Amino acid sequence: SSNHSPMAAAARFLLRGAGSKASIANVNIGDQSLFGITLLRLSPNCSSQTKTQRRNAAHFTYHPDPVPTEYGPTTKMNLFQSVTSALDNTLASDPTAVIFGEDVAFGGVFRCTVGLRDKYGKDRVFNTPLCEQGIVGFGIGAAVAGATAIAEIQFADYIYPAFDQIVNEAAKYRYRSGNLFDCGNLTIRAPWGCVGHGSLYHSQSPEAFFAHCPGIKVVIPRGPVQCKGLLLSCIADQNPCIFFEPKILYRAAVEQVPTEAYTIPLSQAEVIQEGSDVTLVAWGTQIHVLREVANMAQEKLGVSCELIDLQTILPWDTETVCKSVAKTGRLLISHEAPITGGFAAEISSTVQEECFLNLEAPIARVCGYDTPFPHIFEPFYIPDKWKCFDAVKKLISY
Amino acid sequence: LTSMLKFPDGALRQQPFDSSEEKPQFPGASAEFIDHLEFIQPNVISGIPVYRVMDRAGKIINPSEDPQLSKEQVLNFYQKMTLLNTMDRILYESQRQGRISFYMTNYGEEGTHIGSAAALDPRDLVFGQYREAGVLMYRGFPLDLFMAQCYANVDDLGKGRQMPVHYGSKDLNFVTISSPLATQIPQAAGAAYAAKRENTNRAVICYFGEGAASEGDAHAGFNFSATLECPLIFFCRNNGYAISTPTNEQYRGDGIAARGPGYGMMSIRVDGNDVFAVYNATKEARRRAVAENQPFLIEAMTYRIGHHSTSDDSSAYRSVDEVNYWDKQDHPISRLRHYMTARSWWSEEDERSWRKQSRKMVMEAFEKAEKRHKPHPDLMFSDVYEEMTPNLVKQKEAMWRHVQQYKEHYPLDAYAK
Repeated sequence: SSNHSPMAAAARFLLRGAGSKASIANVNIGDQSLFGITLLRLSPNCSSQTKTQRRNAAHFTYHPDPVPTEYGPTTKMNLFQSVTSALDNTLASDPTAVIFGEDVAFGGVFRCTVGLRDKYGKDRVFNTPLCEQGIVGFGIGAAVAGATAIAEIQFADYIYPAFDQIVNEAAKYRYRSGNLFDCGNLTIRAPWGCVGHGSLYHSQSPEAFFAHCPGIKVVIPRGPVQCKGLLLSCIADQNPCIFFEPKILYRAAVEQVPTEAYTIPLSQAEVIQEGSDVTLVAWGTQIHVLREVANMAQEKLGVSCELIDLQTILPWDTETVCKSVAKTGRLLISHEAPITGGFAAEISSTVQEECFLNLEAPIARVCGYDTPFPHIFEPFYIPDKWKCFDAVKKLISY
Repeated sequence: LTSMLKFPDGALRQQPFDSSEEKPQFPGASAEFIDHLEFIQPNVISGIPVYRVMDRAGKIINPSEDPQLSKEQVLNFYQKMTLLNTMDRILYESQRQGRISFYMTNYGEEGTHIGSAAALDPRDLVFGQYREAGVLMYRGFPLDLFMAQCYANVDDLGKGRQMPVHYGSKDLNFVTISSPLATQIPQAAGAAYAAKRENTNRAVICYFGEGAASEGDAHAGFNFSATLECPLIFFCRNNGYAISTPTNEQYRGDGIAARGPGYGMMSIRVDGNDVFAVYNATKEARRRAVAENQPFLIEAMTYRIGHHSTSDDSSAYRSVDEVNYWDKQDHPISRLRHYMTARSWWSEEDERSWRKQSRKMVMEAFEKAEKRHKPHPDLMFSDVYEEMTPNLVKQKEAMWRHVQQYKEHYPLDAYAK
């Protein structure tokens, strides 16, 4: 499916170029996720930039989380390194755990499994044939037989061949057998979300397709600290989990991450920033967009925004979201995926049902359009901070 | 000159790159050059031969292939096959009377189930399609539990959630059946891989029909099990039909067995109506699969004598004469009976008495199952996740508030309280 993708090629190029002194800015592959953090901090409306740089500027600014103090010593990690760290902790503590997928043996096209095969052996970290339905079916079987199975789908865009195995099999295994058999030890990881130039099949956010499927959990982190803690929770959870990794953050998001294992609970949203006028809900990279929107709203409108990272899409934390809306009376939900049938619709209708007397304006959804994810039109497609800011303005003046 | 090397673990792998030789160096295959154009032709007229141990009259053809099973073992084979047949007849009729919602018989394929199951270790994990009830029967699954599943009553291990014949047993290492075809095939590969890593000399067997072999998941499972070196037996029941679709609309190669070598898999075709041929092939495949960590493919040629299911009338797409041939002249049960009769292990009197006894056993279980309540409606909400999520707790409570208010419109009396 994706063996000849530009993303994979870009990742491989960087692998070969690692450690060289060549200026990465001269490499015109247009992939800000692979560019490191410096370029990402450029303001998109800075007039001194060249056209090329402006086109490549990220649509978000990453703010590291506060350094966690409760889980022991920390190391500076980007998001892909925090994935590796979680996998490393798992293989070290669970002798049944295996990691498999397309190209994971040499370290993965996004470097998430680098070094693990050397450290834990080729029977524990191995390539599979190029076949997504096989990867998930194989993972289910290993989990049924008692192993901890960590499957990788190279891009979330290529998870659909495994849709049947996920929806009809993994999700229903425990229920249909009366709990005689289950595949609770299965975790499926997949790179997710837009990346600047990924076009139709290296940009997708398919979480809503899975949100309609009882029996699985769907989890998306916003940065390295959440990534490791939530991934370790998915691996330990006794239900099949899909863990989507925002690939634009693999290199861009860097912060202090605990080196030892720790978990962040599933099905719990996190209030990142408290506010009183509007509730903003998102997940993954979009959290960083909304964080900036909250600042803009404060500065330009004097509006106080409460920012919530949903973290788990299914089963989601209705309580935290409804509690916040009951306080603020206004809600904006934003996601990269198309609006129709997107997960914002589920949140919106639930909040409307639970907080009808508190709502002072219609709930706003700022999402991708109902089109495939385009290549050259990406800057116009994504629900960027200006679209979200405008929605906040309308919410307040309703 | 071959560049395939046999490694100590029994696996064949390609030789490392060596440019000094005058031969193709392509990494994708190990082969010689040829200087003339020639397409490889499939051999479908004279296909892979069908391994047989006894003829239609129950006579051993080649004494060196006789598995020499004891009288006790053979009688057990026969009784399990006929007990399954009796259960099939009673449950088929009960569906016709509307007493259960659905059923699928095993007519004509009893030999494939019993012969293969007997060749396995009881610890070997079984993944099936839906027409392998004889495997469970051989392993000692009680009639009460077959019936409980079909009636979806309080005794059903599956808690009444799946359609009839979707059996499962943790104790007997028989993974619960699901309706989507072929999904169990790559799962079996994963389970076999885990079994290999456990290093406990367990194999996995995976059954499927020739129609299911057309699914993408079959391709996935075959290829994964070969490249990942899994101790796994693929057992294909080629009974000639997938519902109404005959095999010439299902594939154009030499059946399913011919696909095995394309995946680098040891393969054999057996007479599925010959319980000893099935037993021998499975026994040897199991021995080697565990010893060498590689998959084996067994294609058992048979004929689906019954309708596909109770929702199907097979006379709409095939002749009664065709069905009668297999039912009357080449049936796994009658063939084994000939074998036993020739050894004076089984008489007319034994047959009459066993028929009566087995019918009584099935009817007793049947009547008992029919009287039992359905499981408690709360069981609709559990096991979706390991834990009951707050959302499901709310929905369960909402259902009960509603049902209490509108009691007269719901069949509460039929369910456990």
